[in-house]
Amino acid sequence: MAIDTDKNSYTVIFSIVMVVVVGAILAGLASGLKPMVKANERFEKQQNILYALGVNNNEGANDVEFISTDNVEEEFKKYIKKQYVFQGGELKENDEAYLIDIKKEETKAKNDDYERRLPIFIGEKEGKEVYIVPVRGKGLWDAIWGFVALDKSMTIQGVYFDHKGETPGLGAEIKQRYFMDDFTGEKFLDGGVFKGISVAKGNNDPKNLIKDDQEVDALAGATITGDGLAVMLSKDIKMYMPYFKTLK
Amino acid sequence: MGLLSKKDSKLIMDPLADNNPITIQVLGICSALAITAQLKPSIVMAISVMFVMGVGNVVISLMRNIIPSKIRIIVQLVVVATLVIIVDQVLKAFAYTLSKELSVFIGLIITNCIIMGRFEAFALGNGVWRSFLDGIGNALGYGVILIIVGFFRELLGSGTLFGFKVLGDPVEKTGLYAIGYENNGFMVLPPMALIVVGIIIWVQRSRNKDLIED
Repeated sequence: MAIDTDKNSYTVIFSIVMVVVVGAILAGLASGLKPMVKANERFEKQQNILYALGVNNNEGANDVEFISTDNVEEEFKKYIKKQYVFQGGELKENDEAYLIDIKKEETKAKNDDYERRLPIFIGEKEGKEVYIVPVRGKGLWDAIWGFVALDKSMTIQGVYFDHKGETPGLGAEIKQRYFMDDFTGEKFLDGGVFKGISVAKGNNDPKNLIKDDQEVDALAGATITGDGLAVMLSKDIKMYMPYFKTLK
Repeated sequence: MGLLSKKDSKLIMDPLADNNPITIQVLGICSALAITAQLKPSIVMAISVMFVMGVGNVVISLMRNIIPSKIRIIVQLVVVATLVIIVDQVLKAFAYTLSKELSVFIGLIITNCIIMGRFEAFALGNGVWRSFLDGIGNALGYGVILIIVGFFRELLGSGTLFGFKVLGDPVEKTGLYAIGYENNGFMVLPPMALIVVGIIIWVQRSRNKDLIED
């Protein structure tokens, strides 16, 4: 039996069948692989948090090498002592605080009735308590985010930054070691007052030796990414000020 | 090629040389420019395209008699898109870091005109086995050019191959750098990919005069 493939009814039926078949294949595949993709995303978060704390597999001077996914869960349990959620002035312990989606919290917080949940992870580094908080902001093209490790006095102990689509070679360099390392030792407070940290050009400190100037040397050609990063740090870390006040 | 008849082996060998999709048909140039700054993404891209093209050609060839000709381009597009999503999902599940590096480029396979071109020109009118060979052959021809371009761009632009410093360390001035060699940063930028492809085209045509169009 020859089919008349030019008939309109045939074309319509063919497209419907095709869409259903393709939809079923892709839906099946996506739900089949979902647990693995989810696990990968969880590992990535744990790796990033540990990186900010200074737990990594870096060997060379320019490496950004995470703890391997095979043992990241054990390492995460070992180094991150407690996880809290800070919400409306109240502190609650929550073992899955690191899985909180910062983007969703940001959207929900636009509603006035909603108190944003702010996750805090308490780690230990060289016998000292370190507080790691997530940050999220806007770069030039798309979202940028990261984790910042602070001590009691809001001095940076380590950072990790990542981005969705900054320009390769320019804004994308925020995830390079030489840029991230510059933040270590910088202070958010100036005489007890929150000042933030700016990413500045021509600050006469390209090697970043002065640690109490609230400035980090910018990346050439990435002004907007750098400014966005500074805004992200100031805006997001400031929300944690009430928490850090309770520590004293 | 004892396994294949003469006609079949031509399907594999032709795109590698005298009917290369990039240098002769000048298809798929955009991805050749975008991802060849380093060797590793070039090779991964070549393998992914080979998968999409081999399987895609087979699927289209199997359906060639039942595809309504009015919507055949849409059907081809659906097949490519489905295969690309499968590649993307599998990479996300089993090679997460690699998929993060390649994220955009995997999606870009959909826009690779070689794939649509082979579906339209070959798979719609030929049997399954021959379509499969044609797909693999064209993907190989595409991959060879990607790898050649990636090799020169990474070597001359960054002084590395697969990330290994083969020419010495530019910061500590060892190897070639000790005698004043400098990396050519221009090689990393997309325009140089076009020039490298141009040189390949030139070399190929000067060796085989039949390829020169008037």
